[in-house]
Amino acid sequence: MNEKRKMTAKEKNEARWAYAFVAPTILGLIILNFYPAINTLYQSFCKTGDFGKGNIFVGPANYKTAFADPEIWQSLINTIKYAIIEVPLGVVIALVLAVFLNRKLKGTSVFRTIFFLPMVCAPAAVAMVWKWLYNQQFGLFNNLFHSNIAWISDPKIAWISVGVIGVWSIIGYNMVLFISGLQEIPGDYYEAAEIDGATGIRQFFDITVPLLSPTTFFIVQTRVIGALTIFDLMFMVMDKTNNALPKVQSAVYVFYKYSFDQGNKGYGAAIVMILVIFIMLVTAVMQRAEKKFVFYN
Amino acid sequence: MESARTRARVTTTVIYILLVIMAVIMLVPFVWMILTALKTNQEAISVSPFYIFPHNGWHWETFGEVWKSYNFVLLYKNTLLMIFFRVVFACLTATMAGYAFGRLNFPGKNFLFSLVLIQMMIPSTIFIIPQYLMVSKLGWLNTCAGLVFPGMVTAFGTYLLKTGYQGLPKDLEEAAGIDGCNIGQRFLRIMMPLTRSSMVSLGIFTALFAFKDLMWPMIVCSSVQTTTLAAGLAKAQGQYSSNYPQMMAAAVLAVVPMIIIYVIFQKQFVEGIATSGGKL
Repeated sequence: MNEKRKMTAKEKNEARWAYAFVAPTILGLIILNFYPAINTLYQSFCKTGDFGKGNIFVGPANYKTAFADPEIWQSLINTIKYAIIEVPLGVVIALVLAVFLNRKLKGTSVFRTIFFLPMVCAPAAVAMVWKWLYNQQFGLFNNLFHSNIAWISDPKIAWISVGVIGVWSIIGYNMVLFISGLQEIPGDYYEAAEIDGATGIRQFFDITVPLLSPTTFFIVQTRVIGALTIFDLMFMVMDKTNNALPKVQSAVYVFYKYSFDQGNKGYGAAIVMILVIFIMLVTAVMQRAEKKFVFYN
Repeated sequence: MESARTRARVTTTVIYILLVIMAVIMLVPFVWMILTALKTNQEAISVSPFYIFPHNGWHWETFGEVWKSYNFVLLYKNTLLMIFFRVVFACLTATMAGYAFGRLNFPGKNFLFSLVLIQMMIPSTIFIIPQYLMVSKLGWLNTCAGLVFPGMVTAFGTYLLKTGYQGLPKDLEEAAGIDGCNIGQRFLRIMMPLTRSSMVSLGIFTALFAFKDLMWPMIVCSSVQTTTLAAGLAKAQGQYSSNYPQMMAAAVLAVVPMIIIYVIFQKQFVEGIATSGGKL
């Protein structure tokens, strides 16, 4: 009775095909992702030998060093500060634009094209342009506003300037996701509200916001993870000689610096493990919040 | 009634004004990039007077100079090859696995699919050091194979295609089964063509993020001969940082082709991103 039901020849045949079909993906995931994840964990307990050769097991030494290193803490704080600018602003602005563009006005497709443009640009190019706009002496902003702000070399404001680039870059992506979310809200909700005499703003808060909350949650979650693993912007915008770098460099930037600039992969592995554990905690908190704030009908 | 119409008109006007302001903000970096590229370096770093537009003619020749000095032909070739192979590998492996997960029954299916889901939750930074060491051991540093390596399979694509296959009607395959087609033929002739839109989404998504990736090409392809556009620009920024028109011309050359492709295939891009959502 407890014995597993024998598979018929047809089922066996189907299973054989299925294994052949999933084999490349599963093998690939094991070799390219699961083994590396475990290997990174292992390496975080190792000291990389001289000339990057050989691992010497050193126990939790890398973690001890990392936790005692103000640079690591600061880079985590920088990453969080970046996320605090990019995620809320990127989401709110994108939501407002999506609601505007969803109103079937003339010319919306032109606006949509423009807002999405930064998404198809290599961040390396985007960062070069913004760095030039921010240039203290010759840049457009200071010359246009007749100011003399050190946008990206004053440690007090450089993180905001970099965050602004992040918002500019991501608005179009969030907006496209919001627009597809908006199109799933049935039109009769709004018609009923119209008859009741609810204003546009009322409709936005009473209908759009709650009904769109699954989309919003999805965007917030992916963007939080994206922002916490930010690298390109800091790497491209901040010169290595920039005084503000310690107050701007992200955790992944520091990971890159130790792992690949300095060849200390063990320490780099410990940094990335700390970051990943932090991201997992944040994700878990967000999953909790989902049950509270997201409205599924 | 009249007041309601007036109100609607005011609302529309306000929305247009806000949209135009936002569009201008979004376009400023692009416009400034092009205007700077067309100036001489003296004009670009002139403060009083500050030139918005090129003063002494428009210097289109900068683009030609930069095209050569930054090795754009090579950078584009390397980037396109990487994108091509990544898209082919991603689509091929994902459509096969997606079909099996979406339409076939086999022991261990749930467990194997949970591997796919788990991979999607892990931030990819954690894979980079061992992936680099593997590429280095295989002798693939500074090769196209090294660039493609981490993108050979895609958990996200598998998930996307599985959803695509599940959405297809059930009886389609049964009819084919009666006609004596085996599972492989059913997959190739009937099912795969029907998931074309999911495949296009995945292809665009893969291409876009391969194109934008900076860290991986920097790590595995340190030489200008083999690296991609994104990493090549990063490298060049260090070398030519004093000539602003040249740098901006390089930025223009790096973004314009993708923008043209995007404008032409806009519908597919937007739908691709909207349906795949995905992780960055």
